[in-house]
Amino acid sequence: MRTVDLSQTSLRELNATLHRLRADTNETHWRVLNPRGQHAIAVGVDAPITIEIDGHVGYYCAGMNKAATIVLNGNAGQGVAENMMSGRVHVKGDASQAAGATGCGGLLVVDGNASARCGISMKGIDIVVKGSVGHLSAFMGQAGNLVVLGDAGEALGDSIYEARLFVRGTVASLGADCIEKPLEDHHKADLARLLEAAGLNGTADPGSFRRYGSARKLYHFHIDNVGSY
Amino acid sequence: MCGIVGLFLKDNALEPELGALLAGMLGTMSDRGPDSAGFAVYGAAAPDAIKLTVRGPGGCDFAAVVRRLEAAGVAVTHVARDTHVVLTVPLRHEATARAEIAAAPELTIVGGGRRMEIFKEVGRPDRVALRFGLDTMAGTHGIGHTRMATESAVTTDGAHPFTTGTDQCLVHNGSLSNHNALRRELIREGLSFQTENDTEVAAGYMTWRMREGDSLEQTLNSSLTALDGFYTFVVGTESGFGVLRDPIACKPAVLAETDRWVAFGTEYRALVDLPGIDGANVWEPVPAKAYLWERH
Repeated sequence: MRTVDLSQTSLRELNATLHRLRADTNETHWRVLNPRGQHAIAVGVDAPITIEIDGHVGYYCAGMNKAATIVLNGNAGQGVAENMMSGRVHVKGDASQAAGATGCGGLLVVDGNASARCGISMKGIDIVVKGSVGHLSAFMGQAGNLVVLGDAGEALGDSIYEARLFVRGTVASLGADCIEKPLEDHHKADLARLLEAAGLNGTADPGSFRRYGSARKLYHFHIDNVGSY
Repeated sequence: MCGIVGLFLKDNALEPELGALLAGMLGTMSDRGPDSAGFAVYGAAAPDAIKLTVRGPGGCDFAAVVRRLEAAGVAVTHVARDTHVVLTVPLRHEATARAEIAAAPELTIVGGGRRMEIFKEVGRPDRVALRFGLDTMAGTHGIGHTRMATESAVTTDGAHPFTTGTDQCLVHNGSLSNHNALRRELIREGLSFQTENDTEVAAGYMTWRMREGDSLEQTLNSSLTALDGFYTFVVGTESGFGVLRDPIACKPAVLAETDRWVAFGTEYRALVDLPGIDGANVWEPVPAKAYLWERH
């Protein structure tokens, strides 16, 4: 295992070192110390390695991640795992706003709460939040799954496209064009798979969630609205 | 952008270090607001006296200002710090002192209070803090601001904190959209404003509500409907410290608390050198919720 202490090594040097790793690297386990809230730690990693970061991080940590498993032993600032392509990001503490924003793939797990705009414009990422999410989560979500074991804040799924939202607790309000939908058996099977991937196998009953998604009235052209254009 | 920091001490033993801790926090937030900086420190009060923080031009002869006040019959002690001087005068001489200062066009009263001292200048925040010797100041709580100007010019008058009432001040990250209308209403209520700045209006609103008898908590809660725009506020009063974010939560904010202190930072980075930060409870304040700490 390689250890990088950010009180000794510059952030730019760490990220450049990680970017040089090839898919077949033997240096598969990394540990980062003293992040001290710095921004953009371990962004753009493109190798199947594991990176553990000990402490709280600033903005955009693990952004654009591809293939790597990144574990944050602390809280994350805004935009953690932003635009993730694949791999896995696990926040052991809380995540700030816009966690998993625009993510195209992979799995983001937040053990604590995620604040406002979690999964904004998600495009295929799966997000499992063990606590609650703030307002405007999954805003304009296009694809992927947002699973919330706690509560969701105001305007959940506002202007949503085809992302699927599963919430076990209360929803303060639904956003424009977001509605509750029936939880079918195949949804429960998908949920069980996501919960298992998040390490929650057997601890959360897929049947205890409610499903929300698009009413599909906002993003399809409707002839009655022709006068508005 | 802009950066805000705030530190409220629960452990009296840390009071001599308040300024040094706040200076470190402010310096880290220089990246977020390189145009100007300011801070308010709540230090010791003198009995039956008020502290007036006065700003003069560079190289101002503050000893001459003191002589002028003494000639007018005002008993005054003073501490000069760069372009600012803190004048401590008996409450019974306050009106005379204010009138004498107002008569000198080169002087501006930055703020006044039993305990509050307030300093602000144009320039990089770490250098501004150094010029005023923030690291040497003691107190129970303090707030600071690093400004990236958007709504009014880069001037010392446009630097935060803003104060419109005794021992009250406010720092702001964001911008308000209804400040012109609200300023007119507050002028009708008898408040006066020194700038066209949006934040000064928010400070004026809070001063007005507390003057009308509202608590700090009531004032912060009513601000949610009275003020339109986006904001994270940190408010200082003689005994307290409050935090409020707008309902949309446009602007970032982090709170941390230990047995010894409560700290606010626009980013967590600003808090990393505080003693015991590794064991602190760190969280993001919820939108539209007033957080308050008061000394008893």
